[in-house]
Amino acid sequence: MSASNLQIDSRGRLRHFLSIEGLTRPLLTDVLDTAESFAGVAEQSIKKVPLLRGRTIVNLFFEASTRTRTTFELAAKRLSADVLNININASSTVKGETLLDMLRNLEAMHCDMFVVRHADSGAAHFMARHVAPHISVINAGDGRHSHPTQALLDMFTIRREKGPDFGRLRVAIVGDIQHSRVARSQIHALNLLNTGQVHVVAPKTLVPAQAEQLGVKVYHNLADGIRDADVVIMLRLQRERMQGALLPSEHEYFQLFGLTEERLAYAKPDAIVMHPGPINRGVEMDSQVADGPRSVILQQVTHGIAVRMAVMSMAMRRKTASETEPEIP
Amino acid sequence: MTTATDVQALLDSMTRDLETLIRAQRLREPAMVGIHTGGVWVARELHQRLGIAPPLGSLDISFYRDDFTRIGMNPQVRPSDLPFTVDDRDIILVDDVLHTGRTVRAALNELFDYGRPASIFLAVLVERSGRELPIQAHVVGTHLDLEPGEHVKLTGPEPLTLVRQKAA
Repeated sequence: MSASNLQIDSRGRLRHFLSIEGLTRPLLTDVLDTAESFAGVAEQSIKKVPLLRGRTIVNLFFEASTRTRTTFELAAKRLSADVLNININASSTVKGETLLDMLRNLEAMHCDMFVVRHADSGAAHFMARHVAPHISVINAGDGRHSHPTQALLDMFTIRREKGPDFGRLRVAIVGDIQHSRVARSQIHALNLLNTGQVHVVAPKTLVPAQAEQLGVKVYHNLADGIRDADVVIMLRLQRERMQGALLPSEHEYFQLFGLTEERLAYAKPDAIVMHPGPINRGVEMDSQVADGPRSVILQQVTHGIAVRMAVMSMAMRRKTASETEPEIP
Repeated sequence: MTTATDVQALLDSMTRDLETLIRAQRLREPAMVGIHTGGVWVARELHQRLGIAPPLGSLDISFYRDDFTRIGMNPQVRPSDLPFTVDDRDIILVDDVLHTGRTVRAALNELFDYGRPASIFLAVLVERSGRELPIQAHVVGTHLDLEPGEHVKLTGPEPLTLVRQKAA
């Protein structure tokens, strides 16, 4: 995949943000550090900085989303950009030529950045390849492929809770690994940060066959998988998978893989529990855990804004970008 | 050509001038804020010499620069930290070199996003030529008239040295 050349310019800076693959560790750390500064903006009485004043950011959502779209919108607004939300009904298949037509139209309206969510893997890459040179594309989730800003906000949350040394951490990811773009991006990000151990925990039907090639250890038993973990990440069980005969029932899934206070005792006493949302209470986890003292699920939401502010401001190009222009000190 | 100056004497005279200013303006519990990076070094020294009660604040004005669209994001942005309420507070803003005035403009904008200060006074180690905005300092360590192509910058934090450099 040429994502790396596509999303990084000749000086190693973000140009688009499409996937964790292709990022370098220094660049990922830069994004997290910048997000740390943006987190302070929320403490100002005016929660806004003028960085992207006069820029127009388009949220192009071909797939339903509340949390991701809202936090992208808030992030853009806190950067003082103008935001346009376009929700395209997933069933009215907008593909190929028509997608390109739409891009050309938005370009003609002098938009500067597209934040894209699409049910097809590679949709954001496709757009990045075809947009005008001054426009940046941010991937807000594409098919089963990647959800890089979610992975970044998860790394940001882990770093805040557990410190910057990921080498001593054991992180367990529990749930539908097979269909999860979140899990895929998380694993790449955890690897990039040299995380000590990454465990994935799921029923056999929900782990891709080649999972171990990503450097993770696969478990089919919750207690073994989360034993002594510092971080337990629960994934959302997509209800539509129930019809695919991949799982017997939600009830049985909860019996085997649902996180309860009792089972959380297998993890370290100071372990944190994460979930990308929205939670199916009583399926992936008990309400007691979700609302409990070790849950950082709402912090994840808050951090999502700062992380997205960092990504958007770092990727925003100059209007008349010329790569040969020398850097002004 | 490079000349280096030790800044201790300048800091001493700034301290005296600030004491006079605080008395004359009847500032009660003023807070001090340094602008990253050099301004924070200078502010740290002045804060200690003056025995100012509220903890020292620091501003990183990267998010408020007017040249973001030209040069993009500074890779090393530090969080701004104002450990006191800005509302109705007298603030002494500190920077190392006052040149175009654009940095101070950005810092003023950022301060006002934290609240409505009662007043802001500006103290700089060096006032040099080249102002592009109607901004001037209340307290100045030294005035420098620089030749075209000449630059002055503060290196630090230990020791603080003022380096005057002429482009070769």
